[in-house]
Amino acid sequence: MWNSPYSSYLKEGMAAAWPICLGYAPIGLAFGVLAHNVGLAPWEIGLMSLFVYAGSAQFIAVSMIGGGAAVIPIILTTFTINLRHLLMSSSLAVYLQRLGVGRLSLYAYGVTDESFALNMTRFRGGDWDWRRALALNQTANLAWIVSTIFGGYGGQFIPAGAFGIDYALSAMFICLLVFQIRGGLYVLVAVISGLLAVAFSLLFPGNSYIVTASVTAATLGVFLKKGCGKRRERTEES
Amino acid sequence: MKTDYLLLVLGMGIVTYLPRWVPLIFLSRRRLPEWLRQWLDFIPAAVLSALILPALVTTGEPRHISVFQPALLVSIPTLIFAWKTRSLAGTVIIGMALFWVAGRFFS
Repeated sequence: MWNSPYSSYLKEGMAAAWPICLGYAPIGLAFGVLAHNVGLAPWEIGLMSLFVYAGSAQFIAVSMIGGGAAVIPIILTTFTINLRHLLMSSSLAVYLQRLGVGRLSLYAYGVTDESFALNMTRFRGGDWDWRRALALNQTANLAWIVSTIFGGYGGQFIPAGAFGIDYALSAMFICLLVFQIRGGLYVLVAVISGLLAVAFSLLFPGNSYIVTASVTAATLGVFLKKGCGKRRERTEES
Repeated sequence: MKTDYLLLVLGMGIVTYLPRWVPLIFLSRRRLPEWLRQWLDFIPAAVLSALILPALVTTGEPRHISVFQPALLVSIPTLIFAWKTRSLAGTVIIGMALFWVAGRFFS
């Protein structure tokens, strides 16, 4: 595998990113329009997309800018919104062993909900490595930056709701969730996490429900697995 | 205003980057105990479910339950399609098409 040319890593990674790019286009445009409306220039919008590269945090930051919020509260809010990436990077670390600090640092920049979900599925499939994953991350990043800048020119280049494009990322997440299910325990963890997330999202403002629900559900899963393991110790090989 | 904005995006960038960076650096260079590997193995399913479900069944600010949404209706056949075909491309296209059709009936 390591003697194939770099261009094939690049091509495969870029090709795999298409559902993310499709999904980012309408969201990025919408973000750009919103940012334009609170008075940000296209280059300022592009700069935020480049430095921050986190959809929901950018939306909230822009609405806070519109509301006249100060710099520090916006940064703190961004921090809490993006804390969930701690979980995703932890999970990805299992597949990025033995990489140098430089490469890991480069990789860390591209960790988003979308790239995490897609790369995890690929890593698990076995035909994936950090080079392809990095190409995927950067392709998605580019789609995000470009679409937000386009939106910043005030343009709705894609008519709202056209071709169901607003549903692209949801459909991708649903499919990737299905790919993650490798047994009854995974179904249980997913169901518990989903229900807890709904409950927490109703109880608490913000998006802390993502982290709290997934941590609780995954922890329960580990305990359940231990329980099942003990019961089956004699009858089943690991 | 211009320097303020630069400081803002720089600050936002740093606090976003750190949670992405720290676990990669500290977890990728040591042997993880079995329970932690297992825990991390459950995380993608848990995170995806926690991302999807609230978006499908809640709406508004403050959030409240709302089950009559095209997105929720469409998610059921989309899920079944994903389960049966295990095709990412197919699922995204079918999901979009169904959502588009559903949008015409709902509005």
